[in-house]
Amino acid sequence: MTLSALATFAIFLCLIIGSVFTLVAGIGLVKLNDSMARLHAPTKAGTLGIGAFLVASMINSFTFGDGALHELLIMGFLFVTAPVSANFIAKVTIHKGACMTPPPPPQDDNWATLSTPDDGQKPDEPTRA
Amino acid sequence: MKQALRWLLPHPSLTLLLTLVWVLLQQTYSPGMAVFGLILGIVIPISTARWWPDRPGRFRLLPMFSYVLLVVWDIIVANIQVAWIVLTRPNARIRSTWVIVPLDLRTPEAITVLAGTITLTPGTVSADLSDEGHSLLVHALDTDDPDAVRDDIKNRYERRLKEIFE
Repeated sequence: MTLSALATFAIFLCLIIGSVFTLVAGIGLVKLNDSMARLHAPTKAGTLGIGAFLVASMINSFTFGDGALHELLIMGFLFVTAPVSANFIAKVTIHKGACMTPPPPPQDDNWATLSTPDDGQKPDEPTRA
Repeated sequence: MKQALRWLLPHPSLTLLLTLVWVLLQQTYSPGMAVFGLILGIVIPISTARWWPDRPGRFRLLPMFSYVLLVVWDIIVANIQVAWIVLTRPNARIRSTWVIVPLDLRTPEAITVLAGTITLTPGTVSADLSDEGHSLLVHALDTDDPDAVRDDIKNRYERRLKEIFE
């Protein structure tokens, strides 16, 4: 009995934490005014916000149900795919020139997004949107 | 014998991972499902080996585990910091900037894990790699000292990844 009460409180706490961070991510998405800065908000909700929800779900299934480990899979896939999509959005932003132009790399010729196939021409400048 | 084993298991760690994912996907555990997962884990790497000829390099498991714990802790701490910045700081006073991180890592797997770690820890997003892979372009949400961010990434993550992968 006490165990299930304890579990209920733990679930409650995780849900609160998850909703607070998801809310902050939403607020950040609306409030920040630069597309690169705005990218910071959703990638973060994906980590702590959804992580807390999944922990809540896991505690729930182990205390009141059969106990399932699907949440670990969700977390794993999420942590692998979130940086990839964030990276794509960042690359598009750099291409469209919708952010500060990145400084040139110290050692190589150019950033991979901006470099063009080597046909003797200079790499393009990012186009101004 | 070695040839045959290499043909049968082109990516042993992928086989292990696929089997584990299949078992985790099942609602109830049964030996039959584990065997089916193992079959999938053998067939899928064989059929995709053509597009993935090289085996990924070895990495050490125990330091990897402590690295994951470190990153999870950093995600929690930094999330609170970023939430504070988003909620309390007016837009005009958020000093976001580009940070260039010169890379000592050379293996693609290690660089991928580093870039993923940078994106997952709040406050920084890895945006791009230089065309020959010598430096990483990172966007920091709010910092007054880009050099400190760079040194932090290099000391905290890159040094550990170098131990794990190289």
